[in-house]
Amino acid sequence: MGIAINPLSGLPSSASAPGSKIPNPIRTSLTDHEREGSVIVNIGPSHPATHGTVQIVAELDGERVLRTDVHCGYLHRGFEKECEDHTWHNLIPYVDRLNYCSALINDFAYCDAVEQLMGIEITPRTRYLRTLLSEYSRLCDHLTCVAASMMELGAMTAFLYMVMVRDYMYEHLAALTGARVTYSYGRIGGLADDLPLGWLTRLEEILRQYEDFIGRVHGLIDRNRIFIDRMRGVGVISTADALNWGFTGPILRSTGLPIDLRKDTPYLAYSELDFQVPVGINGDNYDRYYVRMREMDESVHMMRQLMDMLPAGPINVDDRRCIFPPKTLVYNEIESLINHFKLVMEGPSVPPGDIYVAHEAPNGELGFYIVSVGGGVPHKVHVRSPSFVHMGGVHKMLNGYQLADVITTFGSVNMIGGECDR
Amino acid sequence: MHAPSMIDRLQAELATFGAVVVSHGTVVCHTEPPQLLGAVTLLQSQFAFDVFLDVTAVDWPNDALRFEVVHHFYSTTNKIRVRLKSRVPEAAPIVPTLRPLYGSAAYMERECHDMYGIQFDGNDDLRAILLYEGFVGHPLRKDYPKQLEQPLVPYRF
Repeated sequence: MGIAINPLSGLPSSASAPGSKIPNPIRTSLTDHEREGSVIVNIGPSHPATHGTVQIVAELDGERVLRTDVHCGYLHRGFEKECEDHTWHNLIPYVDRLNYCSALINDFAYCDAVEQLMGIEITPRTRYLRTLLSEYSRLCDHLTCVAASMMELGAMTAFLYMVMVRDYMYEHLAALTGARVTYSYGRIGGLADDLPLGWLTRLEEILRQYEDFIGRVHGLIDRNRIFIDRMRGVGVISTADALNWGFTGPILRSTGLPIDLRKDTPYLAYSELDFQVPVGINGDNYDRYYVRMREMDESVHMMRQLMDMLPAGPINVDDRRCIFPPKTLVYNEIESLINHFKLVMEGPSVPPGDIYVAHEAPNGELGFYIVSVGGGVPHKVHVRSPSFVHMGGVHKMLNGYQLADVITTFGSVNMIGGECDR
Repeated sequence: MHAPSMIDRLQAELATFGAVVVSHGTVVCHTEPPQLLGAVTLLQSQFAFDVFLDVTAVDWPNDALRFEVVHHFYSTTNKIRVRLKSRVPEAAPIVPTLRPLYGSAAYMERECHDMYGIQFDGNDDLRAILLYEGFVGHPLRKDYPKQLEQPLVPYRF
């Protein structure tokens, strides 16, 4: 499972081996043994059964986990530092790579923050399209999470059913945005492009296929004895603990608290939609599985409403501070050429100020805290990523259970390295 | 949404800890490090701010009080957000820890310490979290060069 840790130094034995010059990048807090005869093992950071690159140092009593020290940061690539060196527009592709399972939600949350700071109100068509695509992304993200966590339990058929549907969605989103995973589709004040012809027809086809396959997954998994034995009563967290440790999203809702930003502080077009907030009862792995499954159904319900509500009209606001002029004008008119030049070289001019905008991402509250000193480059872009905060409290769900349960619980938390480590 | 009277009450009560404004729907209080713990205790006990969302800092290199430590809180009952700002000098970038009040403070304060070198008084576990042990400096400070590399393993060309 992992490599042994030297109990005296608290470092992996290999790191303290003579001749080894590479320092150990982590310092574990588990240096003394809580119980006589316990073993401290290191799991990860690169382990085939963990989602993402994360390191768990665990103290074990036999197969039982006594304490864990969760360490992340292996995917840190200086996102926030890099943002301070790019114009407001140019960092949209970086934003995509935070939660790469639902990149569109990151795009829209970031654009929403900048737009609110600039005082821009997006056009109705963009508002509905962003809502539709946010729910589509949530569907993709939950499909990935549930499929992967079932595969880790050996449910290969269910995994393939869900990932097949997800791939139809990726191909479908590629038809819209040009990319399967990292779309860079949001723009400050609008979107990159309007829907291609027949896109909504294909969407309805995919949703029907989704319903077909998700029905089969329900039939295979919901009352499966092996699945229930591994998931029910494992990784339990109480509502009070979940709030104290900053959990949001499906994990908080699985404890029975109907907290959802789409209902509580509605943004985009959510106030006009009819949907429910599914909650769990025990806050265990099974509840988190079921909350995600129900949320996907609600997303489909919302997408069908949005397809009917989608108004015609422009997708970009008419605001020269952030929207590029039409190409024909750039080539034929000096004002538009200068406008284009200024937007490329200096970036959109965002007035001084700071703002915190949060959207309900598939994993929980995704917040952008941005600070502008005026001009085209941010002074600071900070991401409140749900995965990072969840890693701070995940030991509450791991301690006290079996070593093998670390895998299932971690799967149900759906830690995404891209947004956790930034 | 939320009752306006709740925001008014919150503004009046927070005013004892510093200047209060409402910006983009968020109640913002400019407080000082010694008052921070009192303000947070008030938020948690009187206004049901049960989620500690985020802590980060903003670097203003030309100011005497260089760092602005920014805390965000959310109340799941009242659906309100609060932002607390406290300025600290570069020589003593110290604010009290929120560990005793919120569990989530543990990880987030470690990140803020990594990135800006803010000391959270009372938090004895400020090990590196996004960076690694032995990393020199605080990368999100404006005077940390973006291109500076500190590889753990020497590059092999």
